[in-house]
Amino acid sequence: MTAATPAGQAAIHLDGVSKVFGKVGSAGAFRAVDNLNLEVRPGQMLALLGKTGCGKSTIFNMVAGLTEPTKGTVRVDGRDPFAEFNSFRGKMAIVFQGDRLLPWRTAIANVELGLEMLDVAVAERRATAQLWLSKLGLGGHENDFPHALSGGMRQRVSIARAFATNASILLCDEPFSALDESTAGKLRAEFVRLVKENGKTAIFITHSISEALEIGDRIVVLKRPAEIAYDVSFNSETSAEERDTIRSMIGKVLAS
Amino acid sequence: MSMSSGQPAASPQTNLLFVAMKRVWSSIMPFVVIGAIWQIAGQFFPPFLFPSLIDVFWRCLEILMTGSMFADVLATVGRILGGLVGAFVIGGCLALLMARSQAADKFLAPILSLFQGIPALSWVVFAIIWFHGVEFRIFFIMVVTTLPAFAFQVLGALRAMSKDLMEMVFSFRPTRMKLFRVMIAPAVLPDILTAWKVNLGNASRVVVVAELVGATGGIGYELLQQQQLFDMAGALAWTLQIVFFVLIMQALLTLIENVAFRYRAVSERAI
Repeated sequence: MTAATPAGQAAIHLDGVSKVFGKVGSAGAFRAVDNLNLEVRPGQMLALLGKTGCGKSTIFNMVAGLTEPTKGTVRVDGRDPFAEFNSFRGKMAIVFQGDRLLPWRTAIANVELGLEMLDVAVAERRATAQLWLSKLGLGGHENDFPHALSGGMRQRVSIARAFATNASILLCDEPFSALDESTAGKLRAEFVRLVKENGKTAIFITHSISEALEIGDRIVVLKRPAEIAYDVSFNSETSAEERDTIRSMIGKVLAS
Repeated sequence: MSMSSGQPAASPQTNLLFVAMKRVWSSIMPFVVIGAIWQIAGQFFPPFLFPSLIDVFWRCLEILMTGSMFADVLATVGRILGGLVGAFVIGGCLALLMARSQAADKFLAPILSLFQGIPALSWVVFAIIWFHGVEFRIFFIMVVTTLPAFAFQVLGALRAMSKDLMEMVFSFRPTRMKLFRVMIAPAVLPDILTAWKVNLGNASRVVVVAELVGATGGIGYELLQQQQLFDMAGALAWTLQIVFFVLIMQALLTLIENVAFRYRAVSERAI
């Protein structure tokens, strides 16, 4: 276990980033992120942990290019994801908290969505979508509409949709929080395997310490407004005792 | 011990036939009742007030079989569809503009509300004063009377689009065209079809008034002729032509809905 500030070329780089909702300086302004510095190495799986309302989703949206920072710079692969939004087509995929499947599309058509944006030929994108649905245990459900699938199956479709584009950066916003623990556990294990197998850089937002320890190889705990309160890296060789120590440290930070 | 009702069980085909017949009967029953009341009234009133439905049927057939008469029906249908397409295109564009720009919304919403408050008959009078060409007059009337409803309905549909789904599609960085094709069009289609259904009824009423006052052909014009002849069977026969058209169009729209919205979950418990 190491106190982490990763070295080398960062895949995701936040430098002095602040985000204020409302007019800066006004009484109604809300500072969601305050002067945040964060780097994520290529291939790293970072679990962002924090209490509800600490600014995790705001960081997520800024990295995704959906929100512009009020101050500071966000760089993904050396580029500004907000200003150069379209240049990240196919380079970044998102798994949202809810499945966010288009109800008018079948499971396979939902998985094909990202590939359609990349102008992949119909036959090729169908084959890719089919492959990812099979990998996630949804073979035979290709032509089912979302309403005919269970919550766990729908979330699998949304994971397949994110992986199908083969994006190098994966952003996940509490993707398993709406599922029962048994389904979430299975999907989590599958998810970690797929991320590792495919060498993705991932940011995984969660408010569960157990989930963060299971998924990440680095955990950043945020306090409100989003500032780093604890940052730790670990790997498969980290012992159970060390993991317990990390768990108790995170617990203390969150309680403080 | 086995239980038996003592009667042979009906085959699935018989059951299906029974269900189909029940469905057909339940849909034609209201019309049968109205027809029966009309026929009974015909026994007590002179034919120019309540003509026999058999006479009306033959008059309907005559309209459909006579080229010049059927041309009047087609002229009215063309005017309704032309007006609705015009209003939908213009209304849809205005709705897009209003959804994108707050300034456009602030400027256009009161104008559309004002238009909505003007009676259709007033528009007919304005059109007769302003324009000479019959077809343009009717097109103008159809467009201005159905435009506000189309614009507001499309605007409502655009605003009701799920922000979560929109954000999800945006995360794949779509082009404008692809965003429209994969997200906006399917999301607003249910409201657009509802708008068409509602406006179809409105347009069929307005077109008759417009033709009655300002045209030299079409169902409205023919109705005026029947009124002058005090021919109730003819008036009913011409009215039924537009009713048939509306029913056919409504059935077509329902068919489109059934195909396009097969993705919707259906609850076993009705509202």
